[in-house]
Amino acid sequence: MSTAPHVVADDSPVEKAFTDVRPTSWWHLPATTTVMGLLALVVFGLRGIPGVDSAYVVVHESDLNPFGLIPERIVVSSMGGAIALSVIALLASAALWVLHARSARPSARARLTLIAVFAVAWILAFMTWVISQRTLDVTTLLQGTIVLAVPLAFGALSGVLSERSGVINIAIEGQLLFGAFGATLVGSITGSVWIGLVAAPIVAMFMGALLAMFAVGYHVQQIIVGVVLNVLAIGLTSFFFGSVMSDNPGLFNAPMRLPTLRIPVLADIPLVGAALFEQNILVYLMWIIVAGLTVALFRTRWGLRVRAVGEHPKAADTVGIAVNLTRWKNVLLGSAVAGLGGATLTIGTGVAFGEEMSAGKGYIALAAMILGRYHPVGALLAALTFAFADSLQLRLGTMSAAEGGVSIPGDFLLMLPYIVALFAVAGVVGRVRVPAADGQPYIKQ
Amino acid sequence: MKLELRGITKTFGGFVANDAIDLVVEPGEIHSLLGENGAGKSTLMNVLYGLYRPDGGQIVIDGTPVTFSDPGDAMDAGIGMVHQHFMLVPVFTVAENMVLGNEPTKGGLLDLAAARKLVRDISARFGFDLDPDALVEDLPVGAQQRVEIIKALSRRAEVLVLDEPTAVLTPHETDELMEIMRQLRDEGTSIVFITHKLREVKAVSDRITVIRRGKVVGEADPSADQAELASLMVGRQVSLAQDKVAATPGEIALQVTDLRVSDAAGTRTLDGVSFEVRHGEVLAIAGVQGNGQTELTEALLGLQETVHGSAKLEGQELVGRTTKQVLDAGVGFVPEDRTHDALVADFSVAENLVLDQHDRAPFGSALAMKLRTIRENAERLIPEFDIRTESAVSAVSTLSGGNQQKVVMARALHRKLALLIASQPTRGVDVGSIEFLHRRILDERDKGTPVVIVSTELDEVTQLADRIAVMYRGKILGIVPGDEDRDVLGLMMAGYSVEAAREAVAAGARTTDSQLADEGEIV
Repeated sequence: MSTAPHVVADDSPVEKAFTDVRPTSWWHLPATTTVMGLLALVVFGLRGIPGVDSAYVVVHESDLNPFGLIPERIVVSSMGGAIALSVIALLASAALWVLHARSARPSARARLTLIAVFAVAWILAFMTWVISQRTLDVTTLLQGTIVLAVPLAFGALSGVLSERSGVINIAIEGQLLFGAFGATLVGSITGSVWIGLVAAPIVAMFMGALLAMFAVGYHVQQIIVGVVLNVLAIGLTSFFFGSVMSDNPGLFNAPMRLPTLRIPVLADIPLVGAALFEQNILVYLMWIIVAGLTVALFRTRWGLRVRAVGEHPKAADTVGIAVNLTRWKNVLLGSAVAGLGGATLTIGTGVAFGEEMSAGKGYIALAAMILGRYHPVGALLAALTFAFADSLQLRLGTMSAAEGGVSIPGDFLLMLPYIVALFAVAGVVGRVRVPAADGQPYIKQ
Repeated sequence: MKLELRGITKTFGGFVANDAIDLVVEPGEIHSLLGENGAGKSTLMNVLYGLYRPDGGQIVIDGTPVTFSDPGDAMDAGIGMVHQHFMLVPVFTVAENMVLGNEPTKGGLLDLAAARKLVRDISARFGFDLDPDALVEDLPVGAQQRVEIIKALSRRAEVLVLDEPTAVLTPHETDELMEIMRQLRDEGTSIVFITHKLREVKAVSDRITVIRRGKVVGEADPSADQAELASLMVGRQVSLAQDKVAATPGEIALQVTDLRVSDAAGTRTLDGVSFEVRHGEVLAIAGVQGNGQTELTEALLGLQETVHGSAKLEGQELVGRTTKQVLDAGVGFVPEDRTHDALVADFSVAENLVLDQHDRAPFGSALAMKLRTIRENAERLIPEFDIRTESAVSAVSTLSGGNQQKVVMARALHRKLALLIASQPTRGVDVGSIEFLHRRILDERDKGTPVVIVSTELDEVTQLADRIAVMYRGKILGIVPGDEDRDVLGLMMAGYSVEAAREAVAAGARTTDSQLADEGEIV
């Protein structure tokens, strides 16, 4: 036998042979961008209002601006600017065609870069057109973006936490609502906005406990439980709003606001200073939680176990990890995080609780989670994208009262964030890798 | 460590999977648990590993009774298990899978450097070449199994349970596994080896316990006669070798040319496959699971989204047609996974027998089904295929695996076929049913139908095939005669070309299997 050739086992990863065959749908993306680019060129550019300007306020007087290096206002010709930007968008589309024509499987990075260039140019073209004859304060736009992103981001993180462990969390909406409700109620009764802040996640955990009980404990279909819980949350909070809170709003539903914590000097940075460094504690908490959760999920023992439970619960069980306990904990933790997002809606913005005030933000948060590929950082970026659309919509809504210029009906503007969410999610669905055991209850024999 | 199972009983609903089973595993022995599919071997081991709670009986370790409420307890007691379906997280790396549940940490964070070192140390001990940073899903099945083994060993298992470990291996890999088992035994680890393959049992065991229908029916010595073991396992005399009449191939019926399939990510799963099948012959597609066989059958049936190339049946192109059109062209299909792809569990036997024909004559029209014809059809096929069922209207889920498979085969075979494609025609089926189903396939061949069989079991391939095509990573490595040497086939399943495999075997690359066969020990 010693002369026999030894047959060695092959332990090396399988080399994947990639096909040179183009997927039949390869033209969808460049065709879409080209059509959108042409649309921008015609509607925003060629058919814009001739001879007027669009102005962007970039720097405020109090901002850091050594030697006035940055101009306070950028003024461009509405038509000229929009045409130029549309052309850039069209060039990006052309590059996409070339990219796809050259190779059947273009690199994802090049593709994403071009899509990003296209998106930014297209949106700027739209903005330049829509603010013809008027002025847009970019600093306020960005500050609004961050504020609006907070509930979405917290909601999306709630989704990340529970879906990474394998429980579908449609109930983000209800968790946000309970958080908002709890923050105001407890804050009002105790007279301390800080106690309200602490109460929000605790109250929201009630929703999480119900979700975990039905989804993990009783193996109920998780999407149905989520939807039912959202309806329950609306019903319960509306009842209390209509009874107790309306009877004595001073005691039970007083508008309160978390103080703004301004970080000196940094807050004076032009454009982003106010957005990043002149916010309340919830905004700072959002950054901290996103960073902390990223490290926790991907670098710690806890995270490895959570992901194992969401991917292959039986494998986790065979190495002694308590699958259902992990899921319970994660759903509760997630709902607590969503509760903080709910607090943003009331004590974060200084308004009293209102009926159904989460207004679909939980579902947008869900979209942000999917678009962010179940990753905390991705979820944050997606939340920021949707919030930008929302913030822009709010800015434009206040401006449309001004004379002349382009006017878009307010209802259409309100649709903006949802349209963005729809397209963004449709664009990535099928490419996102969902945790393999997401939505499947784990039943032991 | 001495492990004893005393009177273990486990029932699922009314079904008794384990009936008062006694088993003693002495320290440092390889103890084989031999039994047919569904005999209750895996259930017993899942009880031992704390995955199932026994309804009766006791687990005793070194004289002390213990109870395991979850696998963590079993592991702490020194029991390790390599499951038939790997318990590995596909998107994790080898190192991450290795330490899961037992993670080294440093300053609160995972200490992946330590995990990598652990992988390297243990795999060096057994001569494995595992990359700690490779994703498990990218590894070949054999390597995934080695990850499972080192995972169990890293937890200091003193009893290692291997549940049907050879099902996914090539013959040479099986040999290597046996070498590892012996090495472990010599280091003092006891091994429980679960299998239904007689030859493996004879090659490696120190002691054999045979289980049939949830009961221990006997203990045997590895020197026992193979036929004796087989009759102990099955409960009656079985003829191990089918007497197969040579084929009389006719004209070319199916001509497949350069068939290519890629998945959503653009990975080629079927890479330029060409072959032909003649009337009245069986072409068997051999290969380790996951090398493109599924994609091949699905491409022929119109179940794959983008297929390039051509497959002509009697000159008619099949590629680009819908599944319905392919079935109408006279293709009978037996999918590889009967519970997922072949049967609707809650439908009756009669309904499952016409699933592919329910909307056309004689069983129905576009609007309605002809319930009487469907019932009569079932009443005719149930005795013909010896389907053991209470009645034609019983849900197919109440049948045993072997009888479910007979339903699937009956559905494919009851009409006049232009081509039969059967994937894993006897997976999870007991020996008696295997004989019967093989007979039916060969009968169909003798009627002149071209037959394509896909099987990962080399035994089945050599028994049925007139010609054998071996698939490896989406390609056909070569087509050889049906009586080709098993070792050559084994090497081809590991990626050797026909010539290279024949040369290696001629130079002495023989498996234990074939050596035993040479010595007349096994058939």
